[in-house]
Amino acid sequence: MNYEPPRGSPIADARAPALAAQGGCKGAIRIANVVKIYGSEGAGVRAVDDCTFHVPAGKITVVVGPSGCGKTTLLNAIAGFHSITSGTIHLDDALLCGPGRPKADPGPDRIVVFQNGALFPWKTIVENVAFGPIVQGRLSRKAAFEKARMMLAETGLHNLETNYPGEISSGMRRRVEIARALMNDPKVLLLDEPYRALDSLTKSVMHEALLETFDRNRVTIFFITHDLEEAIFLGHHVVIMTTRPCRPKKILTVDIPHPRDYSVLTAKRFREYLDETVEAVHEEALKAFAAGERER
Amino acid sequence: MQGAVGFAERAGHILLSARFWRGTLATAVFLLVWEAVARAGLVRVPAPSSALVTFNDLMRDPSFWFSWYLSTRRVFAGFLAAMLVGIPLGLGMAVSRILYGIVFPVFEVLRPIPPLAWVPAAIIFWPTQELSIMFVTFLGAFYTVVINVIDGAQTIDLRYYQAARSMGSSSWDIFRRIILPGTVPSIVVGATVGIGIAWAVVVAAEMISGGGSVGSMGGASGGGLGFFIWNSYVGGSYNQIVVGMISIGIAGYISSALLRKLGELVTPWLHEQ
Repeated sequence: MNYEPPRGSPIADARAPALAAQGGCKGAIRIANVVKIYGSEGAGVRAVDDCTFHVPAGKITVVVGPSGCGKTTLLNAIAGFHSITSGTIHLDDALLCGPGRPKADPGPDRIVVFQNGALFPWKTIVENVAFGPIVQGRLSRKAAFEKARMMLAETGLHNLETNYPGEISSGMRRRVEIARALMNDPKVLLLDEPYRALDSLTKSVMHEALLETFDRNRVTIFFITHDLEEAIFLGHHVVIMTTRPCRPKKILTVDIPHPRDYSVLTAKRFREYLDETVEAVHEEALKAFAAGERER
Repeated sequence: MQGAVGFAERAGHILLSARFWRGTLATAVFLLVWEAVARAGLVRVPAPSSALVTFNDLMRDPSFWFSWYLSTRRVFAGFLAAMLVGIPLGLGMAVSRILYGIVFPVFEVLRPIPPLAWVPAAIIFWPTQELSIMFVTFLGAFYTVVINVIDGAQTIDLRYYQAARSMGSSSWDIFRRIILPGTVPSIVVGATVGIGIAWAVVVAAEMISGGGSVGSMGGASGGGLGFFIWNSYVGGSYNQIVVGMISIGIAGYISSALLRKLGELVTPWLHEQ
């Protein structure tokens, strides 16, 4: 194992930027001194370096960074798809990964919604949504389908039940996927640029639908994007990342009350937040671009 | 009688479609050119019209249909065996590195050997002629089925595994609910191509082996369509050669169409709208 004990204090709570206070909600993620090196320790690529921040429970935290900056690496570590080289990640009080345990176990308390979607093409919409509780043995087939139908009705998707994913629009697919995730009663939703491939009009509809879902479920959301406007519109907190290695550069608390709708986009506060952060993001984008040039 | 009405309506649609007429026209032109070339004596191939007369005679000859039956039985026996062995083997090789490491080298050495090169060995090793032909047919379909299954299982998107894992699937769940359905489209492709190869192989195997020496039904037939063609050649009946060839074309077409239809039934997500 190329595991290395974290530098500094064991959990580095003190150094973690203070975000909003947590209520009774579950699903706080503490990321402390996380390092991820791809390849061998000496010659490898440092994707994430000494990354420390909190994702408070019951809030939307959006991580912004240029494509390829290493933010997906972080998400994969939380989800349990990839290992970390050193540091710790806690979900509430449980250690997900850390010393002696480089890779977390994937589990239904942290569900990922993927960039290109991962609805199973061979299952109908309702079968997809009912999948989690059935394989977990939590609900009988019948009960799971019933719950799935309710969940779809709640999001206005009930008329798609018997369709296959290939038959509906990609915006609809993303909404179905979030419904499928919520069927598992997760503590955290991990969204990896879920709206990247959508056109901007569809995107705005999706954003409002996501916020509506959030208001209903109050699940912790960890959202990755390279789109700053999207980040400020959705997030309670916005974490701007440096590029390769990835680590927080600037953390912003967006003080616009939820529920938000699209009128926020033209609000003065929203513009101010944008002005405040756009330079930081642009700087990183330039760095990422230059790095990309070098690699070529 | 809803079904009958629906069928009539669909038949009507087909008759009105440009595609149908294009296909019919192309076939007609092909036959006309062939007829003209044959009548002009440019080639020593019987004209379609005279082949048709021979076919008309053969239609009333039970031994001709017995050849159809024999070849079809051999094709389907070999093909089904190839599916029964090939699908589990391919899935196993896709799932298990160990099994892959053991089987793949042997598989890759045997695969380039044309099934027809197996005919003599098959005749020696299998107790009956019938079994040896079926075995060669099996080989024809087998490699294609296995290769397609492995490829299909290996190209399933990683995201589906990750999604299934994070929703709490066991390894068995992943096999049953992700790998198996994810591989079905490739199985269908392998089957459709495989049965085509099985037809190609069975005919040649019958020619080489003498068609199982079922000679009791008359000189021209008894050993399957391949033997029928060979026997017609030996007996100098060129019209029968043509009828035999077209019979194989039709049999192969029907088999593939049948499998395509079955394939659509087992992959509904690729065909509904």
